[in-house]
Amino acid sequence: MSQSNTSAVDYNMNVVRQFTVMTVIWGFVGTLVGVLIAAQLIWPALNFDTPWLTYSRLRPLHTNAVIFAFGTSALFATSYYVVQRTCKTALFGGSLASFTFWGWQAIIVAAAITLPLGYTSSKEYAELEWPIDIAIAVVWVSYAIVFFGTLIKRKTSHIYVANWFFGGFILTVAVLHIGNSMAIPVSMMKSYSIYSGAIDAMMQWWYGHNAVGFLLTAGFLGMMYYFVPKQAERPVYSYRLSIVHFWALVSLYIWAGPHHLHYTALPDWAQSLGMVMSVVLFLPSWGGMINGIMTLSGAWHKLRHDPILRFLIVSLSFYGMSTFEGPMMAIKSVNALSHYTDWTVGHVHSGALGWVAMVSIGAMYHLIPVLFNQQRMFSIRLINIHFWMHTAGIVLYIVAMWISGVMQGLMWRAVNTDGTLTYSFVESLTASYPFYFMRFLGGVLVVAGFVIMLYNMFKTIGAENGSLKKVEAA
Amino acid sequence: MDYGTLRGLIALLILALFIIIVVWAYSKKRRSSFDDAANSIFEEDRKDEVNKQETNNNV
Repeated sequence: MSQSNTSAVDYNMNVVRQFTVMTVIWGFVGTLVGVLIAAQLIWPALNFDTPWLTYSRLRPLHTNAVIFAFGTSALFATSYYVVQRTCKTALFGGSLASFTFWGWQAIIVAAAITLPLGYTSSKEYAELEWPIDIAIAVVWVSYAIVFFGTLIKRKTSHIYVANWFFGGFILTVAVLHIGNSMAIPVSMMKSYSIYSGAIDAMMQWWYGHNAVGFLLTAGFLGMMYYFVPKQAERPVYSYRLSIVHFWALVSLYIWAGPHHLHYTALPDWAQSLGMVMSVVLFLPSWGGMINGIMTLSGAWHKLRHDPILRFLIVSLSFYGMSTFEGPMMAIKSVNALSHYTDWTVGHVHSGALGWVAMVSIGAMYHLIPVLFNQQRMFSIRLINIHFWMHTAGIVLYIVAMWISGVMQGLMWRAVNTDGTLTYSFVESLTASYPFYFMRFLGGVLVVAGFVIMLYNMFKTIGAENGSLKKVEAA
Repeated sequence: MDYGTLRGLIALLILALFIIIVVWAYSKKRRSSFDDAANSIFEEDRKDEVNKQETNNNV
């Protein structure tokens, strides 16, 4: 794992290093904004009476920062790394890879400026206005050219399974982004979607759920299929299952979007189709999770000594948990209770903090020493502390949101014998306060974990070349 | 052919494709090449590192 620099191929690791460092920085920034808005829900005065810091403007900033700045930077870093190592060739396109880095960072900065200023298309996870949307499309197509170009010029005969997942994610996100962002501009910073009414809603959640399915799932599964076997130092449990996993997952996810629109103006048959497809999706999801976790079969003792492996394996447990919870919540009768409550927020964060963040953090801890010519991170102990802080933070967060969400759902649907509502909305909000505080504490733990990771990363980068030697049983 | 029949046929076609993928992936003939593929990510390390504690020979 350590001596990549001695191999014969002249890999382009510079762009991987850039994306890796930015992943950790954006992870800290994105979760920090999350904690700020969590605090605003308890202490509303924290918007300081400025429009730029209101919850409504910072919430999309938080989601964009964690999904597109943190998560997508992690995907750029790992996909560029994995495609080079497994194809045994340098990245295709020369400086085009560098363009994707600077282009993507510029888009993130543009988002961080325009969202607090109130420029938004109002589409969830696609809030950015049309000039930025065009920039995203250009950078993304360049990404696809670099990635698929590298696959084409590979020196190996077989395309390793991680690349299939990365490739599927890159291709689908291009289609989703361009399809959903079709809009007619009326001024430099204002546009209207070309879709209208229920069709617009369906397009939006076709995009929205596949942002989850392809960006936050398929992409990170690519990461999992490389870094879990690498860190465990044994091949994936079943390579054949990984092939079935890939085709089943990509052919099913694309249909799940309508479950975001239960009991709306969307035609009933489309809602039911979305529900059925979401429930079926449980199978490939768990197939993949089992494949990842079973990679450790016969080597479970490694978990005792290796906090990086712990990050990766626990991420898969959270993946299994949220992909069980998700299909369940997509069932219409369950959705009638869960929708619009904090349960949804808890579900998203068990996927985002548990699966996406943990698998990325594990992959980053694996990558940082490799990229900066060290055999290990500066401090293994700090990785372990980060692991426990992050895990405790998630558990606090999702337990709080589960209780709060189910409580809200029950309070909102409670009716008196005369048919009037038992509780006002404000009563349900007041009842949620203690859980908002619990969620805030969980978020603080996650951010503090990222601070430790930043310190560990910069100490590793700053250390003298090769000075950090591998230790046995840290 | 009306739209409903066409969609039904497409569903059958996709089911058939899925079965073909499963049969192909699990066929005896492909076994060794998939084992090689699964182990391919360790090739570079094997050249570099001499004293690896645990190998994957048993899988």
